[in-house]
Amino acid sequence: MNAVPQRDAYDVVVIGAGPAGLAATASASAAGLSTLLLDENPGPGGQVWRAIASTPVTARDQLGADYWAGAELVGEVRASKAEIIHRATVWSLDRHLEIGISVGGASAFVKARRVILATGALERPFPIPGWTLPGVMTAGAAQTMLKSSALVPDGRTVIAGQGPLLWLLAAQILRLGGRIDRILDTTERKNYLAALPHAFAFVTSPYFMKGLAMMREVKAKVPVTTGVTELTAAGEGQLAGVSYVAGNRRETIPADLLLLHQGVVPNVNLAMAAGVEHRWDELQLCWSPVINGDGGTSIEGIAIAGDGAGIGGANAAVVRGRIAARAAIEALAPAAAAKLTPMTALKAALAQAERGRAFLDTLFRPARQFRIPADDTIVCRCEEVTAKDIVDAVAIGATGPNQLKAYRRTGMGPCQGRLCGLTVTELMAQARGKTPQEIGYYRLRAPVKPITLAELAAMPKTDDDVKAVVRG
Amino acid sequence: MFRRSDQDKRPSLQIFVDGVAVEAREGDTVSAALLASGRDVRRATAVSGTPRLPYCMMGVCFDCLVTIDGVGNRQGCLVPVAAGMQIEIQKGKREIGR
Repeated sequence: MNAVPQRDAYDVVVIGAGPAGLAATASASAAGLSTLLLDENPGPGGQVWRAIASTPVTARDQLGADYWAGAELVGEVRASKAEIIHRATVWSLDRHLEIGISVGGASAFVKARRVILATGALERPFPIPGWTLPGVMTAGAAQTMLKSSALVPDGRTVIAGQGPLLWLLAAQILRLGGRIDRILDTTERKNYLAALPHAFAFVTSPYFMKGLAMMREVKAKVPVTTGVTELTAAGEGQLAGVSYVAGNRRETIPADLLLLHQGVVPNVNLAMAAGVEHRWDELQLCWSPVINGDGGTSIEGIAIAGDGAGIGGANAAVVRGRIAARAAIEALAPAAAAKLTPMTALKAALAQAERGRAFLDTLFRPARQFRIPADDTIVCRCEEVTAKDIVDAVAIGATGPNQLKAYRRTGMGPCQGRLCGLTVTELMAQARGKTPQEIGYYRLRAPVKPITLAELAAMPKTDDDVKAVVRG
Repeated sequence: MFRRSDQDKRPSLQIFVDGVAVEAREGDTVSAALLASGRDVRRATAVSGTPRLPYCMMGVCFDCLVTIDGVGNRQGCLVPVAAGMQIEIQKGKREIGR
């Protein structure tokens, strides 16, 4: 599986082997298009179905039916003619649909007639005081270890934040015999009222009963504190405790592990570096690509499917993957398209899968104080830049995230803004009295993941490439 | 911080962390094996030298940076363990030539 691409060019290159990428690959390949699926992880599944082909958690009810639902699609892709390369880092994509891939320390370029980006989501930054301390991780990190290595929290464990994933993780940890001492729920009270108009769609969606059952399961075993409005991780070089404020009460609980989660946001780095237009989403509070109904972007030939196109969840991601693939098939192999599920049926399935999303987005819209930190709370983890550093830079003239790089190097560390970008945009917007859309985002460029200069230098060069840079 | 569930029946293998033999399981990533080892595996940041552990475990945060078989700045959360692998906890910047 860990091989280099077999060809220089493909009809369709899919990037990311989560629900959307797997679905897109299965559809494109079934229609006879030469298809390459590239993924950074050791196996298929993305985050939601992580390690589905290798998990040591064999008791099927522990990870739940939604997890195992991915097995069929993985089987479909593996049985197809599509080429699958895991542990492949895509570090470049341009408007000519040329893709730079690093596999096993060597890089190559492939060309595509259509690119389907299925880069999914990442957890929203949760910049509280002390979030860089060893012992503070994301809820997703704990879930990754649980799924791929059957590891469960052992010491004093606190889970803080909000959203469906938080409850799912808590239930999974408990089912595997792990320890959770407390859940600190940061859902804002006012959100319950705001979400009310969307409640009917949610209550009649499949999420409702599942969510309710899961919360009941967790609450029977773990004390839950709701209405948390302040959160601090404390310790010297290692997490020792979590302080919080709920109502009028301030409390500190000793903790060895704090798992943070306040929703997921699109993983935009590759799409932005390719030049795809993005807009600020005021409801989901993140950058989302501007896409048409088929996932097509501002760049001809590049489509985005799944959570990378705006958070919709795994079921919606599968359908969006099929829609993006169908659009590619219609363009490249119209005869094959006629035999497939009609687009109208796919669109109806998408509407069904997205039912209840507005309720979740509104209810779990993270509170301002957990998105926009102050004082000496670290914003940029890589370059260790605080909120005060950024506000000070604004005071002496930094106008947006790109200028801020020259002042403070924010976003210039190895994570390339993935853990600070949203915070920087919102913090600068607040400091300058502008909207996030006006403030903008980092101008992202290839390589979107660090690769060594030696690896770049070792890439095959044509005579023209050499002439372009060598004098005389 | 973490322990292995009893149902994990994967074969074990040996890796070396700063020269010390550590048990891992086939299919673990380097970061998962380090966190499961119970050892102090905190790295030190390149900027201020403060201690860190992996944060996201999905290839995004780069707080899992580690030296693997003599190559620095590897994302431990994306690299599966292999028998005999030599891991060094990275203290500060990647060294030149490694």
